[in-house]
Amino acid sequence: MEFLNQLIETLKTGSGFWNPLVWVLIMIIAVLFVYVIRSFGKKQYKEKTEQTKSFLSGNPEYEKEQMRIKGSNVYWGFTEAMKWVYDSLKRMHNGNASDYVLWFVIIMSVFSVLLILVGAVV
Amino acid sequence: MNFIDYTLPLIVALPLFGAFLTPIISKISEKIRNIFAIIILLITTFLVFFLAQDVFTNGPRIYIFGDSNLNIPVVRILFEADGISMFMAIISVSLALLGVVYSWSFMKENDGLDKFYTLVLLLVASMLGMELTGDLFNFFVFLEISCITSCALIAFYINRGESLEAAFKYIVISAIGALFVLFAVGLFYAQYNALNMATVASVLQFGFLDKIAFVLLIAALGMKAGLAPMHMWLPDSYGEAPVSVTFILVAATQASLYGVLRICFTIYGNVFAKITSVFTSSIVYWFIIALALASILIGVIMALIQTDFRRLIAYAAVAEIGYIFLGIGVGLTSLGVGYGKTALEGGVFHIMNDAFDIGLLFLIAGAVYYATKETSLNKMGGLARNMKYTAVFFIVGLLAVSGLPPFNGFVSKLLIYQSTYQLNPIIAIIAILASILLLAVFVKVFYSVFMGPELPNLKDVKEVPKSMLVVMGAIVVVIIIFGLFPNLVINNIVQPATNALINSSSYVSKVISGVI
Repeated sequence: MEFLNQLIETLKTGSGFWNPLVWVLIMIIAVLFVYVIRSFGKKQYKEKTEQTKSFLSGNPEYEKEQMRIKGSNVYWGFTEAMKWVYDSLKRMHNGNASDYVLWFVIIMSVFSVLLILVGAVV
Repeated sequence: MNFIDYTLPLIVALPLFGAFLTPIISKISEKIRNIFAIIILLITTFLVFFLAQDVFTNGPRIYIFGDSNLNIPVVRILFEADGISMFMAIISVSLALLGVVYSWSFMKENDGLDKFYTLVLLLVASMLGMELTGDLFNFFVFLEISCITSCALIAFYINRGESLEAAFKYIVISAIGALFVLFAVGLFYAQYNALNMATVASVLQFGFLDKIAFVLLIAALGMKAGLAPMHMWLPDSYGEAPVSVTFILVAATQASLYGVLRICFTIYGNVFAKITSVFTSSIVYWFIIALALASILIGVIMALIQTDFRRLIAYAAVAEIGYIFLGIGVGLTSLGVGYGKTALEGGVFHIMNDAFDIGLLFLIAGAVYYATKETSLNKMGGLARNMKYTAVFFIVGLLAVSGLPPFNGFVSKLLIYQSTYQLNPIIAIIAILASILLLAVFVKVFYSVFMGPELPNLKDVKEVPKSMLVVMGAIVVVIIIFGLFPNLVINNIVQPATNALINSSSYVSKVISGVI
């Protein structure tokens, strides 16, 4: 009985709550709702006809293999806009083991100064 | 003594024993060797769950190698099992067992598998040793064994220069980190003439040398756990090791994370609770939170531009480590009271979720490599047509790691977000935005690898062998169960672990009374 209670119990997070089973139930209802709306769709729609052809501002449609966007080009706009961040992060990740150790020394030094020197004064 | 009294040493001794027997059994038959490694880990897993059930019900257990009478000057080593050590041991053995089963098919075309299985079993023994020892020097010894075995496993593809370079970087970083751990242990021994964690915790003064030791331990173990900006070794190592090794390395990294928890809560917990200077204690908490935020942001931002499948997941793993440390840092601010307790529960639960979610993604990357011999996202596409199961598993993994409901990652992140929001809303908002960016990262991977038109060179790709699918499927089931029934895990596994951290004084008194 206690086991079953644990299965359906609502998780209390201190300032909120979460019950995944309720969430799943709501999602099932939402899917059913969407299905009902879909059933009102136009019956004359036919797959693989002119109706489903892409319209690219009048330009011809290329073969699918040619229209593929490579992984490195996805989010190009975002990475271009954040170039200043990426330039500094790439400099940081230079693959040099000595620099890896340097970061360890920097973190240790900053923590030491904060905890031992500043902590002792304040 | 009952059988359960011997379980604690057996959990470490069994994989160690198995490791030494593996090369001999390899001479008989490769199939028997693989079965032997799986059986050893199956028994170890059974023992861990058997002991965990006892510890979660009856409290900590200790086992003393050597004389228990402190008046007799002999060398003695103490093993202890409390909620948090059993929690970590469950993660370690689960990942090790699944990793070895996955390796059967994944590694079958490679030579030198006798050494591979020997090293894997040694790595498992060292992880479990780190998590079950109650002795600081012993912790260092197991940490060293873990470093050496991990290094050898990362360099397994010895014909590849990149693997050797990654292994070199790993051993440099690990050796330096381990040396600083040893130095900190030496500081404790010089002051208190003690190496036992509980004994040190009971006499710790938080003087100048104790502060030095704390800085050394947190920095060294934080680096081993992959905390930014000391994380750079992690994408190199995770990206170059065989994927089944990377899967187990996730658990090895978390063993260092366990070390941070032990230091912060068990050894220094009482001292932090008594510190009169709010500023001094705040420095510790805020420093951990700042590093956690750096890990989250650097991990996610760097993951977005990666084109190598495994390196991308490795950066996501850095971000996930950040979320765990965020939970720990917020938990430390109020040491297990109010939202601090929720944060700690979230952080500890996220250790387990991170292991399974990130682990699953690594196994999927391995499956894709197994089928296509490619790791570059630019050279893949349309694989969902031929690898339907792997594609479905990836969808579950990406939703779980991005913290979307109803999967396990959502629950632990929710606990972390809500408690962090009470400490500082801006940090919580940054963490949520980073999680959304993480979703974007994995949507890119899903699109690049599984969607899009079928590539001519990948038309003949087939689904991976059943043993690999079974392992990935088992993890998917765990992810769904943890997500749908979070209270089952939190009440029975996570809370005993967090209670063990919060009530460190009961651990200290139990161990000391057991020794004396």
